[in-house]
Amino acid sequence: MKVKKSWIIIGVILVTVFIIYRFFAGSYNYMVNYDETVITTWSNVENVYQRRADLIPNLVSTVKGYAAHEQETFTEVIEARAKATSVSIDPANLNAATIQQFQQAQAGLSSALSKLMVVVERYPDLKANQNFLELQAQLEGTENRIAVERRKFNESVKVYNTYIRSFPENMVAGMYGFERKIQFKADEGADTVPEVNF
Amino acid sequence: MIFLLVKLNLMIKLLFFILPVLVCSFSFGQVFPERPKPPKLVNDFANILSDREELILERKLVAYDDSTSTQIAVVTINSLKGNDIADYSFRLAEKWEIGRKGKDNGVLILVALEDRKMFIATGYGMEGVIPDAIAKRIVENYMKPNFRNNNYYKGIDEATSVIMGLASGLYTADQIGRKKIGLSRLIFPLFVIIFFIVISYSRFRSVRGSHMAGSNLNFLTFLFLMSAMGGRGGRGYSNFSSGSGSFGGGSFGGFGGGSFGGGGAGGSW
Repeated sequence: MKVKKSWIIIGVILVTVFIIYRFFAGSYNYMVNYDETVITTWSNVENVYQRRADLIPNLVSTVKGYAAHEQETFTEVIEARAKATSVSIDPANLNAATIQQFQQAQAGLSSALSKLMVVVERYPDLKANQNFLELQAQLEGTENRIAVERRKFNESVKVYNTYIRSFPENMVAGMYGFERKIQFKADEGADTVPEVNF
Repeated sequence: MIFLLVKLNLMIKLLFFILPVLVCSFSFGQVFPERPKPPKLVNDFANILSDREELILERKLVAYDDSTSTQIAVVTINSLKGNDIADYSFRLAEKWEIGRKGKDNGVLILVALEDRKMFIATGYGMEGVIPDAIAKRIVENYMKPNFRNNNYYKGIDEATSVIMGLASGLYTADQIGRKKIGLSRLIFPLFVIIFFIVISYSRFRSVRGSHMAGSNLNFLTFLFLMSAMGGRGGRGYSNFSSGSGSFGGGSFGGFGGGSFGGGGAGGSW
């Protein structure tokens, strides 16, 4: 009888150890998983901003054909573009400062673009140009994509932060150095999508 | 003592499993209509289509889904309630998971009656065949003129035809993928059942051999253990794909986990 009882106790201890192991391994793997999701969504954010930047040379040259003497606006857009594309963040290095820097550069480009779109309003011929209309549709779509990818990034950060900060996962997070990540903040007025009217 | 500890541990685990599920069900805003049950591709919440038109459109879209696996959903609503139509479309499309998982080949045509706005949202996988400029053209050339004449059916019908023409041949039906999901879901419960049978059988035999108080407790512990492990596995990115397996002739099999990244274009009439 005695032998039997000790076997049960050993069994229970083994199972308990197994559960503890599962808890640690599970939590850690989830954190890695969520962390990777944040990195992926961040690179998506950078991709869509890059996509917008790629549209600009074509857009500027099309507008130039109709509004050649708006040189000042063109220079502004091109400079803002150069500035925006020069800021790229390594996903491992995401923190409040780098995100703000990135956001500022992109917001500069957004406001330069909306100025360009105001200029366009003065040229009815340009607004009727088929090539320009398609570029406008693309620009609009890119702004939509930026909004979507930013939202997805914020959502993935929220999932990650919630996970690493809730009990008991926060103990594992502390042990392995998983830190809280920063979300995108809504831009102060600068994020108004270039108004596109037909 | 150790049993008590194990049980406490499990209770906490169960709680942690249940909580995220509860939170998830409240996190989405109230403005989005629920995913239709039974699944439908044409959802005329604003009642701008007659029953007949709805049926014809539904058949056309279901047939297209069956042959190409591309899902084109049509949703009409009364009001956006101040939301941006693009943002609303993407969120609704992602909530309903229009399109197939991994292929992201869903398209949502949204019409907001009171706002007089429409939007064609394309899933990640459809952005190549329907670029934004093309989506814009469909809106401007097919939907807008018909909508202005209050001919909503004609506008939607023509728009879906154009989209089908563009997307044809890109994707083919993938029946194997559907069946696979059902099978993998069965494996785990099956394993648990077999496990219990084996355990209870050996338990029964050993109880006959020895009269031991509290031997039932061991079995009970195992029961809790197994359920807790199941809980862990289902946590986090749980798969919410509809999985409703209605293979009946002509009826829509359900949305399948497509994702949207902001592709598409819209306009107002």
